[in-house]
Amino acid sequence: MQIVVDLNRCQGYAQCAFLAPQVFALHGEEALAYSPAVPDDQLDRVRKAATACPVQAILVGEQAGADAG
Amino acid sequence: MPAEPRSDGRIVIVGASLAGLRAAETLRDEGFRGELTLVGEEPHPPYDRPPLTKQVLLGRVRADDVGLPRRRAVEAHWKLGVRASGLDPDGKKVLLANGEHLPFDRLLIATGTRARPWPDADAARLDGVFTVRTRDDASRLAERFDAGPRRVLVIGAGFTGSEIASVCRERGIEVTVAERGPAPLVGALGGALGTFAARLQRAHGVDLRCGVTVTALKGDGGRLTGAEFSDGSRIDADVAVIALGAVRNTEWLADSGLAAGPRGVACDAGCRAFDMYGIVTDDIFVAGDVARFPHPLFEYQMLSLEHWGNAVAQAEVAAHNMISAGPHRRPHLAVPVFWSSQFGLNIKSVGVPTFSDQVVLAQGSPEEGRLVAVYGYRGRVTAAVSVNRAKWLEHYRRMIETAAPFPPGPGAADGPEPAAPVPSDVPDPKVLSHGPTVALTGHLPDRRLTLVRPGG
Repeated sequence: MQIVVDLNRCQGYAQCAFLAPQVFALHGEEALAYSPAVPDDQLDRVRKAATACPVQAILVGEQAGADAG
Repeated sequence: MPAEPRSDGRIVIVGASLAGLRAAETLRDEGFRGELTLVGEEPHPPYDRPPLTKQVLLGRVRADDVGLPRRRAVEAHWKLGVRASGLDPDGKKVLLANGEHLPFDRLLIATGTRARPWPDADAARLDGVFTVRTRDDASRLAERFDAGPRRVLVIGAGFTGSEIASVCRERGIEVTVAERGPAPLVGALGGALGTFAARLQRAHGVDLRCGVTVTALKGDGGRLTGAEFSDGSRIDADVAVIALGAVRNTEWLADSGLAAGPRGVACDAGCRAFDMYGIVTDDIFVAGDVARFPHPLFEYQMLSLEHWGNAVAQAEVAAHNMISAGPHRRPHLAVPVFWSSQFGLNIKSVGVPTFSDQVVLAQGSPEEGRLVAVYGYRGRVTAAVSVNRAKWLEHYRRMIETAAPFPPGPGAADGPEPAAPVPSDVPDPKVLSHGPTVALTGHLPDRRLTLVRPGG
């Protein structure tokens, strides 16, 4: 499972960093850094973080193009 | 409602990165039932580029982990690892480098940009000389950073070069940044924030050299050993990162009859490509970094934006228009936005800061490392840049959209006496090492003339 955060939309509320600290972290006061490839044991936390994001900036989904043929 | 007449047929998307992917998803979302093919030069499925110059080079994320999540399945034929080499607009075919022909009813051009290479091809081949555009580039450079180079030279202090310099310092690597212009980021943000960026870099231990060019990269036995500068000085360096901006991938369209050139592929506000006579086509669309489009907020000048957000928004509009009849089409009017994180700061922008004659410090100050600068052009607000104050940008975006008077009223300022506007000091891009990530390219869609810069 992959994530991408729309960092134009992100305003550094850091809800994700509280809910899934192994995946999301603030770099400095406001810049969000995250791991795009979500480990299986973090998936529930990441989904909660995506739901809780006040500006709905987190997209969770399967790797695009993985069904390439 | 009657069935859309354009929801069948064959659509080819050339470019399988962010814009191509989001366009494909939008096509399916909006009911396109026909045959969909995506062509990508790189062998990888779509991935996200912004983390490459940040988390990947820091060694916190592996380069092959930056894949993009999909919004939905797109049921497409993916042709990855093959380059488009030409376009036959009469026969409505895309020609691929492997000799294959792909017939289409409608085409989306989303071929983006590539890193501008070091002009001396022999020096560019030296071991230790890098550009960073692809995931493979970032992977190789991250490995080199892991090995602990003695000194890294970054050539060009635009956003990419500055982010790479920031990574070096964070990893404890000595770094020299060479920029022909007067300051880092000056091509995108103007003089006032350029001065701030220069102080920021020096405070973090960057050996920043502005107003100089790198005249030669030196090697010994095929390995980079150092560089010489136009002021006569020289340094030893075992890694050089070329961050001279981007080149638009339009060469494959040279004989297509489209208005395609070094500044991109010109299109209308609905993403339809212009031909070389300035006549709009109706079956060829453009989106993302390679597009050059008119924007009403910026006097309908043609804009080229190398922005993540533009790739998404423009791809959605292009896809919608590809399958919509005339009256249902939408214009791409989104206000440009981008972000950068470097030296622990979050820099965000709305509007076009280079479309300005004045700038005012509306909030905060460089000293506290937190500020909002608002840009104006002939008395109206055209852009705002925040440093660690992202929550305010929405406010200024509305001002830009409504052409609010500049300087903005005191309501938005946090001091009793708002600062006085000063000239925004946007330099001519040709005096810079770094290419501007936003380029205002005049009014004429078919204008192919551009200054070809010798580089360095």
